[in-house]
Amino acid sequence: MIDFLKRFFGQSSSSATAKERLRLVLMTDHIALAPEIIDNMKRDLVEVISRYVEVDREKVEVNFEREDRSLAMLANIPIVAVNRPNGGSGQPAVQTPADVSSRAGAAVAPNVVSPGAHAATNAQVASAPPRRRRRKKNATRPVAAPG
Amino acid sequence: MAVGASPARGRAIVVTSGKGGVGKTTTTANLGTALAARGARVALVDADVGLRNLDVVLGLESRVKHHLIDVLEERVSIDDALVASKHNETLMLLAAAQTYEKEDVDTEKMRALIESLRERFEYVLIDCPAGIETGFKNAIVGADEAIVVCTPEVSAVRDVDRVVGLLGNRFKPQLIVNRLRPLLVKKGKMLSVQDVNAILRLPLLGVIADEPEIIVTTNKGEPLALRKDGQTASAYHAMAARIAGDDVAAPTVELKETFIDKLGTLFGGRRA
Repeated sequence: MIDFLKRFFGQSSSSATAKERLRLVLMTDHIALAPEIIDNMKRDLVEVISRYVEVDREKVEVNFEREDRSLAMLANIPIVAVNRPNGGSGQPAVQTPADVSSRAGAAVAPNVVSPGAHAATNAQVASAPPRRRRRKKNATRPVAAPG
Repeated sequence: MAVGASPARGRAIVVTSGKGGVGKTTTTANLGTALAARGARVALVDADVGLRNLDVVLGLESRVKHHLIDVLEERVSIDDALVASKHNETLMLLAAAQTYEKEDVDTEKMRALIESLRERFEYVLIDCPAGIETGFKNAIVGADEAIVVCTPEVSAVRDVDRVVGLLGNRFKPQLIVNRLRPLLVKKGKMLSVQDVNAILRLPLLGVIADEPEIIVTTNKGEPLALRKDGQTASAYHAMAARIAGDDVAAPTVELKETFIDKLGTLFGGRRA
């Protein structure tokens, strides 16, 4: 009876667990990399991207998907702000256009043509509520053929 | 592919899985029985040297006098070593050696043996041992097709994935999902055929249910495929037809809904 009720109220099924475990185990089998190497890769990836935008480190997902018998890496890296606040604590407070201008200018200086225009575009981003925008960074490349 | 009419070579198909205990031997015995029931000349080769079992599943253990290594080392002729089925004269077994090890098999001699069996049989089914070492290599050396047997479990799927990677494209592997329990699948407690093949992406030869009658027939040494009807026997016959090239759908396993199940559905129940 308890089993029935559990099922009725939608406990997650063990076949779903099996599917997920299988996905993960085959991912590491195919890429022939130890899980800690994948973790390191994820860390480095976040490191590089964080030089340009602020990302939500807790929510970064790096997955490997199969297409037929080749493998693709998919990274989902939520961007919380286009510019980094000091200290990088991950709290993108609403900033004044002036702040944005100076910091964004420092971060992406080579591309700045007109400081005025730059400030305006960034102000839009910064004055919006700190909603998390998920952007799919779709780095598709075959990594390893099995066997 | 036309087989039988011409003196063309027969087909050599290895039945493999990587993982042990998923039903390779039972599958080999039943597919061989079903192919022979179609009138084809079939040789079953037990390549599991040291752990011979196909003779027992076929009920031929008391008739085996010589074995694979005897033939490979030219102590006896192939004809002397082949044992005919009790039920079908076109089905023959070449038993594995029990007192040897897998490393005792000479790979090139094994290739030559399968080749000469292909000259006299339309189908040579090779029962591969578990693992991916010497025994596996010797079992696949003479084959050019593969049937992979997988149960709906994480470990079995992983091992099949590995084996298919090792086989490469040459063997055109086809999948049998074995020991499926449709009620468990429905309840979300077992991987479905779709789940398994979303990973493996192989042509599906068919699905076999986890049925007590398979155990019973194995106990007796009489393969289930000796029967003409019944869900599981029919599934073996359908797979044999597919192997032979007939345009037959891959057998699946449907849940026989009981009254209680239907009642559950009626009350807006849980459809997993």
